[in-house]
Amino acid sequence: MEELLVKYFRPKLPHIWCPGCGNGIVTASVVKAIDKLQLDQDKTAIVSGIGCSSRASGYLNFDTLHTAHGRAIPFATGIKLVKPDHNVIVLTGDGDATAIGGNHFIHAARRNINLTVVVFNNSIYGMTGGQYSPLTPHRGMATTAPFGNVDRPFDLCELAKGAGATFVARATTYHANLLADLIAKAIEHKGFALVEAITACPVSFGRQNKMGTPANMIKWQRDNAVMVEAMAKMKPEQLEGKFPIGVLHQAEGTEYVTEYQKVIKRAMGSGE
Amino acid sequence: MAKAVLMQGNHACAEGAIAAGARFFAGYPITPSTEVAELLAKRLPQVGGSFIQMEDEIAGMAAIIGASLAGTKSLTATSGPGFSLKQELIGYASMAEVPCVIVNVQRTGPSTGQPTSPAQGDVMQARWGSHGDRGVIALSPSSVPECFTLTVEAFNLAEKYRTPVVLLLDEIIGHMREKFVMPDPASLTIVNRKKPALPPGEFLPYKPEADGVAPMPGYGEGYRFHTTGLVHDYTGFPSGSNAVTHELIERLHTKITNNIDDIVKYEALELDDAEVAVVAFGGTARSAYAAIESARAEGIKAGLFRPITIWPVPEKQLFTVAEKVKTIIVAEMNYGQYVGEVRRVVCGKANVVSLAKWNNDPITPNELLNAIKAGR
Amino acid sequence: MMQFRLSGSGGQGLILAGIILAEAAIEDGKEAVQSQSYGPEARGGSSKSEVIISEKPIHYPKVVNPDFLLAMTQEALNKYATDLPDEAILVTDSTFVGEIPARFKNVYQVPITKLAKEKLGRDLFANIIALGTVAKLTDVVSIEAMEKAVLARVPKGTEEVNRQALKLGFESV
Repeated sequence: MEELLVKYFRPKLPHIWCPGCGNGIVTASVVKAIDKLQLDQDKTAIVSGIGCSSRASGYLNFDTLHTAHGRAIPFATGIKLVKPDHNVIVLTGDGDATAIGGNHFIHAARRNINLTVVVFNNSIYGMTGGQYSPLTPHRGMATTAPFGNVDRPFDLCELAKGAGATFVARATTYHANLLADLIAKAIEHKGFALVEAITACPVSFGRQNKMGTPANMIKWQRDNAVMVEAMAKMKPEQLEGKFPIGVLHQAEGTEYVTEYQKVIKRAMGSGE
Repeated sequence: MAKAVLMQGNHACAEGAIAAGARFFAGYPITPSTEVAELLAKRLPQVGGSFIQMEDEIAGMAAIIGASLAGTKSLTATSGPGFSLKQELIGYASMAEVPCVIVNVQRTGPSTGQPTSPAQGDVMQARWGSHGDRGVIALSPSSVPECFTLTVEAFNLAEKYRTPVVLLLDEIIGHMREKFVMPDPASLTIVNRKKPALPPGEFLPYKPEADGVAPMPGYGEGYRFHTTGLVHDYTGFPSGSNAVTHELIERLHTKITNNIDDIVKYEALELDDAEVAVVAFGGTARSAYAAIESARAEGIKAGLFRPITIWPVPEKQLFTVAEKVKTIIVAEMNYGQYVGEVRRVVCGKANVVSLAKWNNDPITPNELLNAIKAGR
Repeated sequence: MMQFRLSGSGGQGLILAGIILAEAAIEDGKEAVQSQSYGPEARGGSSKSEVIISEKPIHYPKVVNPDFLLAMTQEALNKYATDLPDEAILVTDSTFVGEIPARFKNVYQVPITKLAKEKLGRDLFANIIALGTVAKLTDVVSIEAMEKAVLARVPKGTEEVNRQALKLGFESV
């Protein structure tokens, strides 16, 4: 791990994340995936939005871009179109990607543009102190839902699939090796790839929702996440409160930038 | 020399972008700017560039900042409502010092207003639309050929000063067609951003040089630099320091104000002996040319001061005009926006009169001639 | 300087007609400015396309004193003839325009759309027929330049029928 630290992290530590926060595990998984694939560090851009998780870009030793709230995906879209041979990885949070950035998320999925989007899902707005996000559970507690959350949450993976994403996967920080493997698969995939990383926010979510210690929150991940293949064999009464992890959807589809490169060839009169 | 053709202002703007070296456009359709996007959708891939119609105005602005950071000259085009939506990210481009060009073909507002009618109601939005303090460059063309040359100029200034530059058209200029002769590409001055002289490791991405501007690497060039909209120090990483904040925000202004003589462009017409000066820009200047010609034919000493760079205001030059004339008439298609700037600059040296009009119709040469006569 | 206003309803091809007229003037070595106003809808509603042609640079791009008005609908005539001087040339499409104020002294009533349908098979040639009347009634652009400008703008394969349309208009007044 020390080798990875030296190679892929900037000497910017300590990070801003609270004790018990899972964001470091997700960030480490991103780095492990990059290392596994031996990506060219000078041909890999990391783009993030605003929020706790989006600070990850600053710690990583690549061309990195910390954008505005919700806008990481369209910034990344501009980069990818002018640098088609670069790996463009978006690190974002649940509020960033699905509330203020929700429109960009679904349209990037619809275009099937070759971006890898890792959503750090801690079910809450952590940086601002615990307001409900579109992924906060119904009846969950938040500072802006003192009587329980009235909103119903998105199933992010279903949303991405419905919008046209061609690679959709989920893991938790408990399943850190799986998470790194899925991110690697997502990077290798040619098309819009989502990895939802379930991560604990003990300070802003766990405390309000009586989830116990950070360790207990990770145990909750262990006890409720089920590999998608295993889940298919379970009886309905066993499924209560469980959620699937693994590769949830994978499909072939025309990739946006590849297709646009053909447009350029046609327009320049050199055929396809 | 190329053959004279009839060309629309919006199209001249798109061709100017190609000539300036822009190779990326992202935007959202909005009247009366859409022709800029439509022509670039065709022209950009022909020169190896990329065009994308995004899901909304904000995404268009985000994508051009991303593309520019990666190393490609980029632009978007919009009108008032879209310009409002883009403001947060225009501020981002100012803060992160990312060169880009925003074309705003103004229409009547506020809100949806009159989408197909001309106005100049975004003069102040161009200056103050984004939150916080920053220096701003905005240019306003008055003819189809100038749509071309000022688009090139907008890119040159954006690249030189690492800042978003607003090209403020109005529906009159954007939609009218007139004679255009494509300049010889070799005759155009094209400015590209400064590249770092120092190797990665020694280079500080936000350390300004003497002109107040830092060199700018692109993606994939080995610099692995960080960009953020947070206040940042020379390294590009966030800083909470008061001193860093003070210096950065000040530099976002001074890199423009200290170079104002290099930046401002204006036209002075028949001002040497003028008793009345008209200040007009964009489509309104066309009425001013006609009104001044008529006034001179009647023996009235009238002239025109046309700010081509409307932000920053050509303050020195405007003050000199004020010292010589009795009256300055500020003609604009809004409720009276630039007139406040003119009053501020001339400091009582001349009588400043507002000729403001906001009913979808341009200010006519006759209305302006009457104002000139009244101002003698 | 000659100021033209071509008016009708959206979709009648008047903006294109204005562009062609201005391009013909530039072909003839003159200065020309074309502008337009239209409602938010793509079809229907009143629309006008204005062209100013001059030997000298043109400052104000909008028509102030029209010398020529083409009105392809009654609504357009009612809306856009109010500032038309009595002596100006007024061409109406008599297919759609019935009531013409008596003050106008130079009125040409031409069944433009009817001619397009009956002689050329489709009403979409009406705008080119109208340009034929412009070429005949004014000497601001040559018929050669007008034909060249028309042919440069129309879809491939329709050159001959557009040439006929122009001729039809030219001979109708």
